[in-house]
Amino acid sequence: MSTMAPRSAQPNGPMMTGPGRRSSPMTWRWGDRVALAFAWFAGIGLCVIAAAIVLYMGYRGVQYLRPTLLFSRPSISTSQSGTGGFLDPLLGTGLLTLIGIVLAVPLAVGSALWIAEYGRPTWLARAVESSIEVVAGTPDIVIALFGLSIFQLRLFAPFSFTASGGGVFGKSFIAAGSMMSLIALPPLFTATRDGLQAVPAHMREAAFALGKTRIATIRRVLLPSVRSNIATGVTLGVSRIIGDTAIVVLLLGETLRIESQGSVPGVGLLRGTGSTLTSYVYGNSPAGEGGAPQKAYAAAFVLMVFVLALNLLVDRIGRSQAESVGLSSAGAVV
Amino acid sequence: MLKRLSDPWPDHRAERSLGAVSLLVALLVVAMVVFVGVHAWPIFQHNGLSWLGPGGSLETEIGNMGSTGVHPPASAYHLRAWPIVYGTLLTTTIAVVFGLVIAVFSSIFIVELAPARLRKVAIPVIRLLASVPSVIYGLIGILVLVPFVGNDLVTAHEKASVQNVVELTGAGLLVTAVILTVMITPIMIALICEALVSVPSAWREGAIALGVNPVRAVLAVTVRAARPAIVAAAVLATARALGEAIMISMVSGSRSFAPKPIDGLTFLFEPLRTLASAIVDYHEGINAPALGSTLYAFAFLLLFSAFALSVAGYLIKLPLRKYQVRG
Repeated sequence: MSTMAPRSAQPNGPMMTGPGRRSSPMTWRWGDRVALAFAWFAGIGLCVIAAAIVLYMGYRGVQYLRPTLLFSRPSISTSQSGTGGFLDPLLGTGLLTLIGIVLAVPLAVGSALWIAEYGRPTWLARAVESSIEVVAGTPDIVIALFGLSIFQLRLFAPFSFTASGGGVFGKSFIAAGSMMSLIALPPLFTATRDGLQAVPAHMREAAFALGKTRIATIRRVLLPSVRSNIATGVTLGVSRIIGDTAIVVLLLGETLRIESQGSVPGVGLLRGTGSTLTSYVYGNSPAGEGGAPQKAYAAAFVLMVFVLALNLLVDRIGRSQAESVGLSSAGAVV
Repeated sequence: MLKRLSDPWPDHRAERSLGAVSLLVALLVVAMVVFVGVHAWPIFQHNGLSWLGPGGSLETEIGNMGSTGVHPPASAYHLRAWPIVYGTLLTTTIAVVFGLVIAVFSSIFIVELAPARLRKVAIPVIRLLASVPSVIYGLIGILVLVPFVGNDLVTAHEKASVQNVVELTGAGLLVTAVILTVMITPIMIALICEALVSVPSAWREGAIALGVNPVRAVLAVTVRAARPAIVAAAVLATARALGEAIMISMVSGSRSFAPKPIDGLTFLFEPLRTLASAIVDYHEGINAPALGSTLYAFAFLLLFSAFALSVAGYLIKLPLRKYQVRG
């Protein structure tokens, strides 16, 4: 059999391809040849789709994005040139991300620490972990409706706009931001917990041997060593928040500009309504009422730039982490 | 008081406060189920479970719900949501089936076949595909794919054949399913790749040493060993596909119509609506009690499916631990 001929194949390669391969696909069964071709087709096809999306958004962005769009406020007008830019949605995205992350970090890091370091009673730990898994699997639109049902309660009236008749709208930056924190919670929790579990036990034991309490160990030893995991989690959370549309559409009121409620400056802003880049894109697409595809493209381009930047950031953090810990990156493909 | 807080915390207090934070997270989930369930209750009360079934015209039912005031009569709660349930099942099934095949083969490509240089590009690119916001997918769908399908793929004859029932604009099943597939495939690839990598390479090398060609070895040994992870990936992707709201609301044509497979090729172009996209489409009328309750019932169904899927995912992953294959 010719395929059994002795040869000097490299022993560690993932598979013998290239000039030293064991058998040529030409001698394989048809099914295997089709499978090989389809694997190449699928892998390269997905890359091509991703490249096409990025290039197309880039092309449209260069075509339609003008600096004035970024720095002018949106306004209502009958003509396309009068509707202004998307400064307010841009600020809205920033504010909402800030609220979401500020609320999510203590929740996620706190529960990850408790699960990894204490975790007694076990049934409670398991319940907490499963509930975070449920949150991760819950569609954002359901979380948005949940938020609406909470913030329309009379109890939460101070957090959103209240009509003169006493109806509570339940739409505000606080309402949307707190639901956004639920969106950001699962990736942040998972990243932190995995980081904590990867810290070698001897580091904890060394700290205990020096007489440190558990909480001191957490503060001085564990938290510093999982800093980059938390950073990865925050980045993932941010990219989920800025990409989310459903919560914004239902809970932020989709007003064109950021509208404060009440006279107290900071609180009024948090109680106020506004929009984000995603809801601006949605509203200006043919699906919304705006019907200004050029502006939708321009805003979507800005959104895409953010997403790309966050992706690069995750990559960078992950790589520096792999170097510092000495993990092989092979275990964490994709 | 402040001094007490700034001093180093005693251990038991730290444990209790961290535990309280975790408890809060768990309680939030319970609250979510309770709140959505309470708001959805009137629909279950008036229709039982038959609101999931066929019969009646959904658009008129929802129109009635919106027009009845603060105290709707019991008749306003009448709901038969089959077109929407069917639309959800249809799009999800199509996307998951096609996505799974594509994901398995592209994972094989990434892990086993791709030259190192190509792999270095492919991994971040596919991760990027997973993090593109759904509104951008929707925008590309509604501004690029929908006009293309509507003008170039749908023939005038097909438009005429169903003109008394629906209008074919290009927005519909085909565009929805294609974009949904692209959206959920990267999620599956991430999990499947992880599982393929963790299958001991000696197993596959053993098969190759026995004379099997490399592709067959991967399919018969590595993929087979990673089967639970593949099913788990499909479960996760199903959850994502069920809950996708904004993109589907943009490109599905937003008509409570059930595409009929008997229509032949036209089937692919018929508009539809899913549970999640219905919530987006009708959210303006949520303060009408009957309509609001309907939307919460849709949300409850989605929540229930998410819950069921996460239990299924857990059960599927159990045998993985036996092999010590992470997934």
